[in-house]
Amino acid sequence: MEQLIFYSLAGATVLFGMLVVIARNPVHSAIFLIGALMCIAGLYLQMGAEFVGGVQILVYVGGVMVLFLFVIMLVNVRTAERVRQLSPEWKTALLLAGALSVELVYLVLKGPGVFATAAPEAIPALQGNTQNVGAALYTKYLLPFEIASVLLLVAMIGAVALARSRMD
Amino acid sequence: MPTDLHYLAILPEIITAATGIAIMLLDPFTAPQHKGRLGWLGVAGLLAAGVAGAAQSGRTMTAFGGMVQLDSYSVFFRWLFFGVSIGTILISLQYLKREGVHHSEFYALVLFATTGMSFMAASVDLILMFIGLETVAISTYVLAGFKRSDPRSNESAVKYFILGAFSTAVLLYGIAFLYGQTGSTRFDRVAEALSAQGPSAFFLVGLALLLVGFGFKVAMAPFHVWTPDVYEGAPSPVTAFLAVGPKAAGFAALVRVLYSALPDMENHWGDVLGLVAVLTMTVGNVAAITQSNIKRLLAYSSVAHAGYLLVGLVARNELGISAVLYYAVVYALMNLGAFTVVVIWSGAGETRVHLSDYAGIGFRYPFLTGCLSLFLLSLIGIPATGGFMGKVFLFAAAVQSHHVGLVVIAVLNSAVSAYYYLRIIVIMYMQEPAAQVPSVEIPVPAAVALVLAALGTLLTGLYPSALLDLASRSVLAVR
Amino acid sequence: MIPASHYLILSALLVTIGVIGVLTRRNILIIFMSIELILNAANINLIAFSRQLQDVIGQVFAVFVITVAAAEAAIGLGIVIALFRNRETINADEIDLLKG
Repeated sequence: MEQLIFYSLAGATVLFGMLVVIARNPVHSAIFLIGALMCIAGLYLQMGAEFVGGVQILVYVGGVMVLFLFVIMLVNVRTAERVRQLSPEWKTALLLAGALSVELVYLVLKGPGVFATAAPEAIPALQGNTQNVGAALYTKYLLPFEIASVLLLVAMIGAVALARSRMD
Repeated sequence: MPTDLHYLAILPEIITAATGIAIMLLDPFTAPQHKGRLGWLGVAGLLAAGVAGAAQSGRTMTAFGGMVQLDSYSVFFRWLFFGVSIGTILISLQYLKREGVHHSEFYALVLFATTGMSFMAASVDLILMFIGLETVAISTYVLAGFKRSDPRSNESAVKYFILGAFSTAVLLYGIAFLYGQTGSTRFDRVAEALSAQGPSAFFLVGLALLLVGFGFKVAMAPFHVWTPDVYEGAPSPVTAFLAVGPKAAGFAALVRVLYSALPDMENHWGDVLGLVAVLTMTVGNVAAITQSNIKRLLAYSSVAHAGYLLVGLVARNELGISAVLYYAVVYALMNLGAFTVVVIWSGAGETRVHLSDYAGIGFRYPFLTGCLSLFLLSLIGIPATGGFMGKVFLFAAAVQSHHVGLVVIAVLNSAVSAYYYLRIIVIMYMQEPAAQVPSVEIPVPAAVALVLAALGTLLTGLYPSALLDLASRSVLAVR
Repeated sequence: MIPASHYLILSALLVTIGVIGVLTRRNILIIFMSIELILNAANINLIAFSRQLQDVIGQVFAVFVITVAAAEAAIGLGIVIALFRNRETINADEIDLLKG
C-alpha cells in the first residue's frame, strides 16, 4: 500500500514536472506546477512531515501559485504563446541536463552508504511533528526566523517599489 | 530555550535593520524634495552600527544556539559592508534626484541588504547563511530594477533575478546534501562529521553544488555571463554596490564555509578553485579589452578581480586569507571610487557611459579624472596604490604554498589588464574632446565619497601594515 | 517504509527537469516555474534526510525555503510586471537591449 502511494505520487510529480516544462501556454504550466506541488505535499505527509506539507499547500499552492496565475493573466498570454518557445542552444542544454541527471542518480545510488545499515522499518516516525517544528523554530532557530521576517519585509517593500503605477 | 540569546552580539545588524524600518516609517511624513534626509538617516544608522561593531572588536562569542559568531572576522567584514553602504548612499543622493526616482525605498533596501551581508559574514550555520544571502539577493534584485520605467534597468533586474534565483536553488540543493550527510547545519558539526566519515559522495556533490551556487553569486567563470548585462543596465550606484558589497559578502561566506565547515576537503576545493581562478582572471581580462562601454568594462574588470581574490583562497594558508580580506577592502575602495566618477560623469539618463564620452576631459575636470586615473592605476596594480600591495600579498601567499604557475598567470593577466585601464587614461588626457565638452556639477556627498576612496586607495598602498595586521588578526577566527 | 534513496532519486529527476526548463525555455514565467521545481526538489531532499536522521532541522529548513520561495515569487513577478509595462514582452529572446 505504502509502495503504491509513493510510486503513484512520485510518478505524478515527475509527470507534472515534465508538463510544466513542456507546456506552450504559461497558464497550463502553472496548473501543472500546482499539481506537482500537491503531489509533493502528499509525499511530505507520507514522510511524516505534516507541518511542511500543510505549509506547502497553504503558502505554495494557495499563495505563490495564485500570484503566478494573476501575473500570467496580467501579462497577456496570447502573445506569449505564438513566439518561439525554445532557446537556440536547446540541444546542448538537454545534453548537459542529461549528464547532470545521470551523475546525480549515480551519486545517490552510490552515496548513502551510511543509510544502508539503518533498516528504515526500525525508525519510528517523528511524533508530534508540528509541535517539534514549532519548538525548533522558536528556540534554536529563532535568529533565522527573525531574519526571515526582515526578508519578507524586503520582499514586500520591493514588490511595491517595482510594481506600483508610474504616476508618483 | 537556547541560553545564549546575546542580542548584543548582533547589535550592529539590529541597528541597520531598525534604521531601514525607520526610513520606511518616516517616508510618508517626508516631502518628496526632502527624501535625501532619509538617506542621511541611513548613513547615520550605518555609522552607529559601525561604532557598535567597534565596541565589540576583540571579543569572541557565539550566540543564538551557535548560529552566529562574533569574532574579529565578522567585525572586519561588518566594517567593510557598512563602509560600502555609506559610500553607495553618498553617491546615490544626487543620482536618484537627477534620474527622477528619489524614493526612500532605495535607502531602506541598501540597509536591509547590509544586514543580510553582515549575517553572511557572521553566520556559522548553513541555514542562517542561506537566509542572509537571500536577504541580500532579494534587496539587490529590486535595486537593479529600481529605475522601473527604464527598460534597461528592467532587463538588468530580470537577468539578475533569473540567474540569482537559479543559483540560490543550486546552492540550496548542495546544502541539502551536506545536511543529509552530517545531520547538522552547523559549520563545526559538518567539519566534525567530515573528518570522521571522510569525503563521501554526498560531501562531493554538496561541495560541487555549493561552489556552483557561490560561483554565480560572486561571478566566477564560467558562471559570470550575467555580470556585464546586469552591471550595464542597473542604475550606476547600484552597479557600484553590486560589484563590491554582495561580491565581498559572497567571498566572506565562501571562505567561512570552506575553512570552517569543509577544511578536510581542501584538496578537492583547492584544485577546482585553482582552475576556476585561472579561467576567471583570463576571461574577465580578455573580454574587458574589447568593451567600449565603461560600465561593461568595469563589469569584466570585476570578474577578473574575483579571479585574483580566488588566488588567495587557493593558497590555503593564513597569508592567503588575510590577503583576501585586504584585497576585498582595497577592491571596494577603488571600485566604488571608479563607479562614483562614472555616476557623476554619466549625466541625466546615464547618456555618457561610452569610452569616447571621456575623450579630452582630462584637463577640464582635473579632480574627477585625477581620481579616476588613481583608481584605474590601482586596479592595474601600480606601486604606491592599494591595488599593488593587495596583489603582492595575494601572490606572495600563493608562492608560499607553491602555486607558482598560478601566480605567473595572474601576473600576466595584470599586464593584460594594464592595456584597457591605461586606454581610458589615454583617452581622457590625450584625445581631442568632442565638439562640446558638457559641463557637470560634482555633488558634495559624491565628492566626499570620492575623496575618501582616493585617500583609502593611497593610504593602503603607502602604509599597508595597519590594514594587513587587522586582516591577519581577523583570519585567526576562521582557521 | 520507502527507503530514502527513492526520494533522493525522485528529487534528482525533478532537478533535472527544472534545469532543462531553465536552460531551454524562453518564457520568463516558465523559466521561473522551472526554478520552483528545483527548490521543491531540494525540499524533498531535506524532508527525506530529516526522516532518515530522525531530526527536525530538515523540516525547519524546508519551512525557511518555502518562505524564501514566496519572497522570491513576489519580487520576481514584480520585476516581470515592470518589464511588461515597458516592453510588452516576457520572452527572453527579446530582452536584448544590453549587448556588448
